Amino acid sequence: MNGVSTCGLSAQGVRVRLGGREVLQGVSLQVGAGWTALVGPNGAGKSTLLRALAALQPLAAGRVTLTVAGEAVQDVFAMPAARRAQHLAWLAQLGDVTGELTVRETVELGRIAQLGLLGTPGAADHAAVERAMALTECAPWQHRRLHELSGGERQRVLLARVLATEAPLLLLDEPTTHLDAPHQVALARLFRRLAHDAVRPCAVLSVLHDLPIALQADQLLVLDGGRLCAQGAPADPAVQAALVRVFDGAIRIETDARGVLRVALALDAAEAS
Amino acid sequence: MSLTVLPSSAVGGGSDASARRQLACWIAAAVVLGVAAGLSTGAAGFSPRAAWADLHGPDAALLLGQIRAPRTLGAALVGALLGLSGAIAQGVFRNPLADPYLLGSASGAGLGTVLVLAAAALGGGGIGVAALAWIERVGLVMAAFAGALAGVSLTLMLARGAVHTLRLLLAGVVVGVLLGAISDLITVASPDALRGKQAFMLGSTSFMDWDALVLMGAGLALLAALARRYARALDALTLGEDSAASLGLDLARVRLALVLMLSLGTALAIAQAGLVAFVGLVAPHLVRRTAPGLHAWLLLASTAMGAALLLWADVVSRALIAPEELPVGVVTAVLGGGYLVWLLKRRRVT
Repeated sequence: MNGVSTCGLSAQGVRVRLGGREVLQGVSLQVGAGWTALVGPNGAGKSTLLRALAALQPLAAGRVTLTVAGEAVQDVFAMPAARRAQHLAWLAQLGDVTGELTVRETVELGRIAQLGLLGTPGAADHAAVERAMALTECAPWQHRRLHELSGGERQRVLLARVLATEAPLLLLDEPTTHLDAPHQVALARLFRRLAHDAVRPCAVLSVLHDLPIALQADQLLVLDGGRLCAQGAPADPAVQAALVRVFDGAIRIETDARGVLRVALALDAAEAS
Repeated sequence: MSLTVLPSSAVGGGSDASARRQLACWIAAAVVLGVAAGLSTGAAGFSPRAAWADLHGPDAALLLGQIRAPRTLGAALVGALLGLSGAIAQGVFRNPLADPYLLGSASGAGLGTVLVLAAAALGGGGIGVAALAWIERVGLVMAAFAGALAGVSLTLMLARGAVHTLRLLLAGVVVGVLLGAISDLITVASPDALRGKQAFMLGSTSFMDWDALVLMGAGLALLAALARRYARALDALTLGEDSAASLGLDLARVRLALVLMLSLGTALAIAQAGLVAFVGLVAPHLVRRTAPGLHAWLLLASTAMGAALLLWADVVSRALIAPEELPVGVVTAVLGGGYLVWLLKRRRVT
């Protein structure tokens, strides 16, 4: 191998039914190395789609496959859970953590993905944990307990737990929830860095509520009513049009003089109408 | 015991490690003193002087070797089994209020006991006194054990395995109510069974013999070794079930293994001592409050804590109104209930 790992996830005609309602109505997509943001209004099925991709939500129809460099394409539901965990990490939207673990102990749980339940952590595992805590800036308070932290701090710890798995495919459900502005910006930078790492580029797929951050991604997936209505770069006019449409015209996307995309709530327009 | 702490926690989390070391020392001291107190408590209540006289008396071997030692060590083993089962239950159900009797083992064991007692009462006219005594002793132990496991099996069947935690808990409640109702029906038809059932419900450490100790000791050793292998799974479960699954855990299998472990531990304890209340709930609680940590530590410490608690409860139950004695389950219920009330009041204040 030349050091560049190509790891990808693809979904074909994924349908999910929850309590009689079809939450996903035939979603097909492809995610490879790079940062992809999944956006859409409340109830569009974003979290369900992410859970389906992570093999946590059984499908009514369709297929989700994982491609790892040098290996045959595998169905994520058919492959052994321990193998899947080595390639695919998932971050819960609202991590309801119980118990009294410290920050460090929590991040170390991520290594179970590589070690299994009975493995003994070695130097490489230690380094992965250190790196994950450094990337999310939670190392300084690594000995505090999780339930003593603020929502934003806890969110960073849980993200560190995901990063500690060193999986090349990261599925993150609302990783920016509870974060203050500096940490939101830091996270956007982190995703870009992980996705464009020269040695080991990751595939980062994140559900994002914050559109200004989502517009920084390499690729946008716009989901509405259980269907994917647009897919492409944020600069793509079709994607922008779809965004405005699925948010009922409540947002406005503009390109400023320097060519940077800006998104704003269309407050004045709402008043005018 | 503090060796179970991961090295990483020792880097800067020194206070955690030292809290665990301290608690380990306290528990060890409580167990040693509890055994000594148990051996010194007899018909005269808690009295080292009387115990010294007994030790040099003519009946020393009988009194200490065949009555007090098995009973004292038996209390420790029952407490240890309940502490371990409780810690597993609280971990697997991710709920600090989970207790080892949740899944139908208590009602199953109760029904088994009642069935044997009713059968003995029915056939009492035809069989000899010795046979009756044998049935009441060995038969009850086996019936309680089989009943406890049958209760849990029924719960697992009703919940179609251990795939959904909530379904499992609901099935446990349903089985508890159903089997309890059947027991009540039988006691209506055969009132003789009621007395025996009551003794069983209150819990007692007075029927221990060395055979029971060997059985429980072997069971505890097996369960402790197995639980240690699954400690990491319980750690992962603190993140939530989906997150644990995303780490590669086969949750349905892991949960089933853990449920079977806690059921076996509970069944072993119930069969020998009846329903000793609150130890399985309070022991893990006390450990987590004073010295929290990973499950490798929590499971071990809760086991030891359970042993210490029941040892002392047994001493109190025998000493308080000597030469009479209280059912040990009543003592643990009062102490455990008191602890929970105190905890609630404290929570409200802070």
